Amino acid sequence: MDRFVFLLATGIADGVVFALFALSLVLIWRSTRIINFAAAAMAVTACYLALAVTDLTGSYWAGLIIAVLVGGTLGWAVERGVMRAARDPLSGVILAIGTVMVLQALTGILAGPQSRPAPVPFGDRPVIVGGVPTLSPYDLFVIAVAVTLTAGLHTLFARTSLGLQMRAAAFAPEMSRLLGVPVARMRTLGWILAAAVGALAVLLAVPGELGLDPHAGDPLFVSAFAVAVIGGLDSAEGAVIGGLLVGVLVSLVTGYLGAAVAPLGVLALLALVLLVRPAGLFAGVEARRV
Amino acid sequence: MTAALEIRRLTAGYGAEPVLREVSLQVPDGQVVTLLGANGAGKTTLLRAVSGLLPTTGTVLLREQDLSDVPPEQRVRRGLAHVPEGRGVIAELTVEENLRLGGLWRHGRTALRERTDAEYQRFEPLARRRKALGHQLSGGERQMLALARALVAAPDVLLLDEPSLGLAPQVVHSIMQTLRDLCDSTGLTVLLAEQNAAGALSIADRGVVLHLGEVRSDGPAAQIAQDEALRHAYLGY
Repeated sequence: MDRFVFLLATGIADGVVFALFALSLVLIWRSTRIINFAAAAMAVTACYLALAVTDLTGSYWAGLIIAVLVGGTLGWAVERGVMRAARDPLSGVILAIGTVMVLQALTGILAGPQSRPAPVPFGDRPVIVGGVPTLSPYDLFVIAVAVTLTAGLHTLFARTSLGLQMRAAAFAPEMSRLLGVPVARMRTLGWILAAAVGALAVLLAVPGELGLDPHAGDPLFVSAFAVAVIGGLDSAEGAVIGGLLVGVLVSLVTGYLGAAVAPLGVLALLALVLLVRPAGLFAGVEARRV
Repeated sequence: MTAALEIRRLTAGYGAEPVLREVSLQVPDGQVVTLLGANGAGKTTLLRAVSGLLPTTGTVLLREQDLSDVPPEQRVRRGLAHVPEGRGVIAELTVEENLRLGGLWRHGRTALRERTDAEYQRFEPLARRRKALGHQLSGGERQMLALARALVAAPDVLLLDEPSLGLAPQVVHSIMQTLRDLCDSTGLTVLLAEQNAAGALSIADRGVVLHLGEVRSDGPAAQIAQDEALRHAYLGY
């Protein structure tokens, strides 16, 4: 039982990071109908700059702010400079993969291929409750960030005029223009938000992984992509619940059956969801075009 | 009477070959002008060109302001509303959200609420379905929502494309009558593209017959309705 509680706690901690990164993918899908395959490379690039600032200033928080700012700026630059050339979803995917290659090559050249450790602002040793190791203070910090961010994004999309315009621009760009919505600006804003969230997710994930290297975001992207599909690409709530599901599943399968079996567990869950609800667990009923 | 909307020598299309060729017409202030013609005559293309969705040559004047270089999202702020063919209700948003989008640019929060409430009163079935998603509405309700959303913006000129498409005759009659009443009570100016020529002419002040992208006739609605040769040749009744 102790082992189960420990694995559950670890799974939740990993799951919230998956959820955050999946949220980044969902945000771009919602605003442009494109899967951003460059999300991880963009986030890792922002994290390199964040860690450089932390090294310079000695402040984790300065680095965190830089990660968000640089992530957002990269989102703006990639949308304006690259993705606007996409004429259809396929060319969007190809442009995104090209962006990955450029960013990974650049970070490799400038920072080297070796992995570097990342600092944490709080202790990362699990707190022992009743003799059972549970979440660490850092895990609790990550969960708090994820919950706050999810609530903020939900409020933005559900309750504000800006969020309504972003949703409208994604669902019906031409009609939205006729209603006065600046669609191009809404898309850019979607990319900025998504890239900032992605950078934050990778910065939070790096201490728990082997450290930061040009490919550090790749495994996270694969897990988060599975999470986004399981939850429903349109659903922020789906990303959160899907993230927790996958995080706990990976942790339990790793703990009881071995790390090599964990990807198979995710694959089985993905296949099951795609068979039962192809649009994802939290996708709405597919809208009839009117 | 001054023209709320004036179109001068407008040419527009989707590729190399233009669909509209040097079309000129005026929509007088407070009147309903109906665009008539068979499929492919250029009615929808004309409305899309006026809204700025298509590249054009020629001039579009809204209350004497040239809209040529004004993008579509700015034209609504100048007082032009467009209800496209198929209604353009955003299926994934609720009735309330669709209405909020309509009034984004014209009002403060209180004024927007007042205008939204006024539209709920005008189109009562919508008031009962505020939280319903666009795709959950019937065809008639969607048409009401599209109209209400355009009216929340308090436009000077309303472009309306095929409002009768796919609707039962009594719903069409009710929508046409609502439109006429609106023009009479608020002074709204309407450019209405419609295949249901008899229905459109019954509420319009003027009619413009398009054929293969060119104006074939432009005159009082009653006169067009009585012109048997014109009706047989271009309007199909």
